[in-house]
Amino acid sequence: MSWLSTAAQHGTALAELAEITAPARFWDRPRRLGAGITLVGLLAVALFGSLAPSATARFTISQDAGGAAISINGKFGAYLFGVIAIGAGIALLTGVAKRWQTTLLGIGIVAFVLSFLCWQVAGKFMPLVDTASGTLQLAMPLILGALAGVLGERSGVVNVAIEGQFLMGAFGAALVGTMATSVWAGLISAAIGGVIIAAMLAVLAIRFLVDQVVVGIVLNLLALGITGFLYERLMQPNAQKYNQPPALPTWTVPGLAKIPVLGPVLFESNLLVWLALILVFVIHFGLSRTRWGLRTRAVGEHPVAADTVGIRVRGLRYANVLVGGLIAGAGGAYFTLVATGSFNKNMTSGAGFIALAALIFGRWTPLGALGAALFFGFAQKLATYLSAVGSPVPSQFLNMLPYIATIIAVAGLVGRVRAPAADGQPYVKS
Amino acid sequence: MTTDGSVGAPEKTPPEKTEPAATAAKEAPAGDSFMGHFLHNLWSAKPVTETVLSVVLAMVIGAVLIIVSDSDVLATFGYFTARPSDALTGSWDVVSAAYADLFKGAVFDPAAVSAWFDGSGTWQQAFTPISETLTYAAPLVFTGLSVALAFRGGLFNIGGQGQAVLGTVTAAVAGFTFGLPVVLNLIVALLAGLIGGALWGFIPGILKARAGAHEVIVTIMLNYTALLFLGWLIMQDGVHDPNRTDAISKTVATTAQLPSFGGTLRVNLGIVVAVLVTAVVAWLLNKSAFGFELRAVGANPQAARTAGISVGKTYTMLMVVAGGLAGLGGAAQVLGTAYALTPGVVGNIGFDGLLVALLGRNRPWGTLLAAILFGALRAGGNRMQSFSGISLELVTVLQALIVIFIAAPALVKTIFHLRAVRSARLGASMAKGW
Repeated sequence: MSWLSTAAQHGTALAELAEITAPARFWDRPRRLGAGITLVGLLAVALFGSLAPSATARFTISQDAGGAAISINGKFGAYLFGVIAIGAGIALLTGVAKRWQTTLLGIGIVAFVLSFLCWQVAGKFMPLVDTASGTLQLAMPLILGALAGVLGERSGVVNVAIEGQFLMGAFGAALVGTMATSVWAGLISAAIGGVIIAAMLAVLAIRFLVDQVVVGIVLNLLALGITGFLYERLMQPNAQKYNQPPALPTWTVPGLAKIPVLGPVLFESNLLVWLALILVFVIHFGLSRTRWGLRTRAVGEHPVAADTVGIRVRGLRYANVLVGGLIAGAGGAYFTLVATGSFNKNMTSGAGFIALAALIFGRWTPLGALGAALFFGFAQKLATYLSAVGSPVPSQFLNMLPYIATIIAVAGLVGRVRAPAADGQPYVKS
Repeated sequence: MTTDGSVGAPEKTPPEKTEPAATAAKEAPAGDSFMGHFLHNLWSAKPVTETVLSVVLAMVIGAVLIIVSDSDVLATFGYFTARPSDALTGSWDVVSAAYADLFKGAVFDPAAVSAWFDGSGTWQQAFTPISETLTYAAPLVFTGLSVALAFRGGLFNIGGQGQAVLGTVTAAVAGFTFGLPVVLNLIVALLAGLIGGALWGFIPGILKARAGAHEVIVTIMLNYTALLFLGWLIMQDGVHDPNRTDAISKTVATTAQLPSFGGTLRVNLGIVVAVLVTAVVAWLLNKSAFGFELRAVGANPQAARTAGISVGKTYTMLMVVAGGLAGLGGAAQVLGTAYALTPGVVGNIGFDGLLVALLGRNRPWGTLLAAILFGALRAGGNRMQSFSGISLELVTVLQALIVIFIAAPALVKTIFHLRAVRSARLGASMAKGW
């Protein structure tokens, strides 16, 4: 509660100023973080360490259960990493080594996760390759969805309709992929499905000035209704004709795939994963280094000024939202062409909102979104792993992690999250 | 986020046809006769006209969907140029049958009514459609009011879904745990639902007030958190039904269930409570000090702060009340029809509540009417699904389309060339983003 009240007395805007001018408050951001990390470390020691059985936890490097593995005694590991987390927290708390704040924060969080893993894996084994590639697979639609959000929101159009774009993408991929018996046709129509929703979002938000959050939510429902309706009318009675798309093939890059752990994860994968990773860096580079990126940021932060210097505000917003629709739609293809192999009603079940969370948690940047999506993907993968090995930790709580992490982030408890200034504000030329 | 600029405006139900006739007379109407006035006013962009046209437009698009997804009818379009009558009658038949069932399931079924009159049927059968409509409408009234009230205070409560989930959880748990006497048990369960939703609304409220966290983001995130929590809770000892292996909780005690009236009819006390709560919300919004403060904050937070209103406190209180309303919606769902917790017990009432509030122009009584319209669509959709084989999902499409047209009044105006009533309304629903 003390965090809350300190954050309260000084609003976010004030805190921003305080960093520059006013004498530093004692409970500044690193200290609050440090206190948090210390608490979390104490929790790890008290809970994970004491509960962990004194058995070997094996993190296997090879594909199967045997073979090379990183082994550690579960109890010892849980205590060790818990203590490391406490150490990182105290280092932050005392304010030594100001330069290493981010590193210390990273160490603290990673140590906490490792402590948790040592507790859970003790006496069992966890295949690292499978975990890593599963994380990447689960993160892939989140990355694509969050990138769609980045494109729209950096130019000032709030995109809450990522869920709807996913659904339309998944549906389009299943329908056209089956009818054309071509996975590529499916992939392309997935992107088109995403664009349909994006186009409606763009027209309603930019041309008709409707509240963008309202449009997003309503479009989600519209996508849910249309795909559900057509699913029951077409796909359910005749699944063979309409709902058996071919799966996206897994490709192996010769040579590179031989690298231990990283090789099979990164280079024995499908096109969508590579597309997602490449797009992250393309959009990052584009936003920070190209004329298009400068204009997008200008339009998203101060459309009036952008218009004054001759940038077409609405045109740029249309373009960005539509390209975002292509990307999110392709992300939707994951659900039918990669994950399950057929469409089902409301099959995305909130993934679009996790993508939105990744976008916000990643502070509206492509690289941040990548990190957040990987983190959330890992949480999901861990949830399935834990329920598979019969862990007492309920998978639902791990699945809550993305949402709770995002709430903590926007509440300003960890870092400062700020949307583009003109995000969600329609631009009317005066 | 003041849609329609309705904040601070004197509370009026959608203008009646007689009233604007006077103002229209000054604007050089098309004709001098009464009919001229009437038509002139009819074809201008007023809430009632807009709503009716939106429904019509949505149903036209729905009809296209029905035709496109019917392979038999679609086949007749293959030789449309040779024999257009086949395609047209085929389309007409399938669409009219679907919409006739929609109407019969929602309002009244002539067959059942005539059976009642000639004595071969019971009055219950004649009133079944209305009963179903009101049954589905009741929870939507609460979630709709939740969103509408928050809107008027300048907050966008996307979290109706999560708050309703918490409401079902607390109401159901109270309903099968306490075992209190008849009336008391129901009241306690309803209050529990209210409190559960209010707690879930408190989180975004306090975070908005103290840390400036945007309520849209927080409420979206809390929706799925609540859903996952429900999924976990159902399987816990003490909540899970020991006689079942699937995810379902114990059944709410009969004394805690909302009693239904009229024997076989499903309609229950929930709709009565809904109407009462609508009146309370209308009073709260328009007559109480809190309502004045929240409207002031909604219209202009800076000005409200200058006038001495604690904006943060108002936001927090507003979200608590809004959450409580949505929680009541969840309670009405679980105590009125479902009687036990399942992962999907809440359905979509939270998000539907959002649509209902938009359709009701964020006014309490308007929201009530909109909820009844949505309940009617849902009730009719059930009959349409079982009689015409048209998926219930069509109703979701219709609802979403109606609200898109309502939310974009400029769109409807453009399509039908409506005369603008007030030019200021064109860009009225300006967003403020995150």
